[in-house]
Amino acid sequence: MTDLERRQDRAPVPSGWDYAPAPEARDIVTLEERYGLYIGGELVEPKSGEYFPTVSPASEEVLAEVGQAGPEDVDLAVQAARDAYDNGWSAISPAERAKYLFRIARILQERSREFAVLESLNGGKPIKESRDVDLPLAAAHFFYYAGWADKLEYAFPHRRPRSVGVAGQIIPWNFPLLMLAWKIAPALAGGNTVVLKPAETTPLSALLFADVLRQAELPPGVVNIVTGDGRAGAELVKHPDVDKIAFTGSTEVGKAIQRELAGTGKRLTLELGGKAANIIFDDAALDQAVEGIVNGIYFNQGHVCCAGSRLLVQESIYEPVIEKLKRRLTTLRVGDPLDKNTDVGAINSKQQLEKIEELVRSGEEEGADIYQPPCRLPEKGWWFVPTVFTNVAQSYRIAQEEIFGPVLSVLTFRTPDEAVEKANNTPYGLSAGVWTEKGSRILSMASRLEAGVVWANTYNRFDPTSPFGGYKESGFGREGGLHGLEPYLDLEESEVRG
Amino acid sequence: MTRLPVRKTYKLFVGGDFPRSESGRTYEAQGQNVARASRKDVRDAVRAARGAFGKWRGMTAYNRGQVLYRIAEMMESRKEELAEFSSGRKEIETAVDRWVWYAGWADKYAQVLGTSNPVAAPYFNFTIPEPTGVVGIVAPEEPALDGLVGRLAPVIVGGNTAVVLASESSPLAAIELAEALATSDVPGGVVNILTGFKAELAPWLAGHMDVNAIDVAGADGEIPELERLAAENVKRVVRGRADRQSPYEIAAFLELKTVWHPIGV
Repeated sequence: MTDLERRQDRAPVPSGWDYAPAPEARDIVTLEERYGLYIGGELVEPKSGEYFPTVSPASEEVLAEVGQAGPEDVDLAVQAARDAYDNGWSAISPAERAKYLFRIARILQERSREFAVLESLNGGKPIKESRDVDLPLAAAHFFYYAGWADKLEYAFPHRRPRSVGVAGQIIPWNFPLLMLAWKIAPALAGGNTVVLKPAETTPLSALLFADVLRQAELPPGVVNIVTGDGRAGAELVKHPDVDKIAFTGSTEVGKAIQRELAGTGKRLTLELGGKAANIIFDDAALDQAVEGIVNGIYFNQGHVCCAGSRLLVQESIYEPVIEKLKRRLTTLRVGDPLDKNTDVGAINSKQQLEKIEELVRSGEEEGADIYQPPCRLPEKGWWFVPTVFTNVAQSYRIAQEEIFGPVLSVLTFRTPDEAVEKANNTPYGLSAGVWTEKGSRILSMASRLEAGVVWANTYNRFDPTSPFGGYKESGFGREGGLHGLEPYLDLEESEVRG
Repeated sequence: MTRLPVRKTYKLFVGGDFPRSESGRTYEAQGQNVARASRKDVRDAVRAARGAFGKWRGMTAYNRGQVLYRIAEMMESRKEELAEFSSGRKEIETAVDRWVWYAGWADKYAQVLGTSNPVAAPYFNFTIPEPTGVVGIVAPEEPALDGLVGRLAPVIVGGNTAVVLASESSPLAAIELAEALATSDVPGGVVNILTGFKAELAPWLAGHMDVNAIDVAGADGEIPELERLAAENVKRVVRGRADRQSPYEIAAFLELKTVWHPIGV
């Protein structure tokens, strides 16, 4: 009997435990029946006259109706942003601009529980994650960029940074408020005004954020929020009076946007898909690595562009790693996002669930072995059991395509060279993970992996000071840190020849 | 009695060699028959550039700086010939000084463009610039030599390799430069120079799936089409200008990599 088997023998059996429900109170959130678009400092009825329901993915319950911005609405929002830019915001002293951002950060902190509950309600993510990750990071992001607003000239030697103008920003549904913060904070710090298009399925935290702006007394029109589906985003992208587009979402849509903007001279940053390799060497601290694997792919139901969706395990430790991983999966609690014990919440939408199911079917059909822990799923809502595929070939769709769900594909390697080759064998290049106790190997792997973020002996860490963004088809431009300012600044003026 | 001079055959510069166009075509420019590259030549040049990338990016920054400085030395000694094919001595001197200026950046830009990031948790976190990979350059028509050097130097000092479409109307200086490059210490394939019709070649470069970035400085009216093609693999598109010189020109062809590691005992 191996040591591992002996220990397993004595380990408690988690499936026998029953947790009492620990629901977070929902009444901290007050929802309107119907929300308009946030244009020029007010919630206004969409000129399109169209509304659509937004639901809780955990119960399919309709939470509210939200406006669908049409071409005329997007145009009004851009005009409001342009007016605000021309008539005050770009001329306001940078130190004052900073103070608005500090205010926003503080109000987000003060109202963080309300936002966390709403985020879990509308998006399906576990409350412990929206409470402990999304909200603190969103507030921190505003606080960080607030401090940059009056220090920009120190960030770019020999340049006098200037604002770009009106920024059109399109964000995804996986971290609705956090992505809003990633977009709006650096844009405002740089003196720009904003038209933000939240994701179709998760508009509510952005609309609640409009109330934060009211409390912060941000001048009207500096931030405008147009809700709706992809049509609203497309209108924003092609609007002639938008100076800069920032998009986070799929590579497919990112390419379409890049094509649409060809020849216009508009600025563009793209944060697109990923298929990250999480690489475990045989000298890694295995228990920590297994935690890192789980956090890498099951965090936020795998709805993470930088998710460690391809596990590369060194052959000599393949069996213990898979065994530990499968055992760990049996302890993951899938269910009510508002329950404080929940690890894996609801899949964000029916459409996304169908996409995950289709890809998982393809994995089985192509010949991979599937493992799913025993798991009771709620009857209503959209759910997917945390899944591991072993015996995966690099050519399988589950090893090539972004699944954006709680599905891990396991591959093996023998040498560091082979690990690098396999890790880089994808058009994406957003992130990667390396687990080894050998420092020189970490540095060598970190330099050879084609990825904008490399987590060594950790995974899925984020911070406002830390730049985030991709290589290759994962996009260009960075969000976060000093480098995250550049997309929102014009550095072409006052050039000094060397 | 006058001696009949021995003329030069103007060819492409690919992978450190001087091949003719595989198409067998030439066109007349500046009174000479110049190779007219084909799309197959573009693909060969991209292959050569990709092949040279690993070695070039792997060299130490100090070493790359010395190689760039060596290019300046080689150009200085060919000043007369180069002046003949360009606007004159002044242009050559500017170009030589540009190489020297960028050579000095090789082991400095990472210190200016990189950061260490004070994250709010026990992690060591830093951001370093890395080359994006293979870069396509549509060189400005004029100044034919200094325009090319001004776009090429920031690309290769950052560890990228390049496929350059030379000035179509004045290609001779680019070939002369290729000869300087071949006799400096630039590894074969780091710089590849094609002559020919830009409208015919640039779309293949812009749409090539193994090119990471493209500088459309000399593309003029073709820019919208090239930008559209570039979206196919989310290429970085740089609208370079001949007269630009700054570390931001280097930065335009760099990726930023952020590395996290826990701090603990």
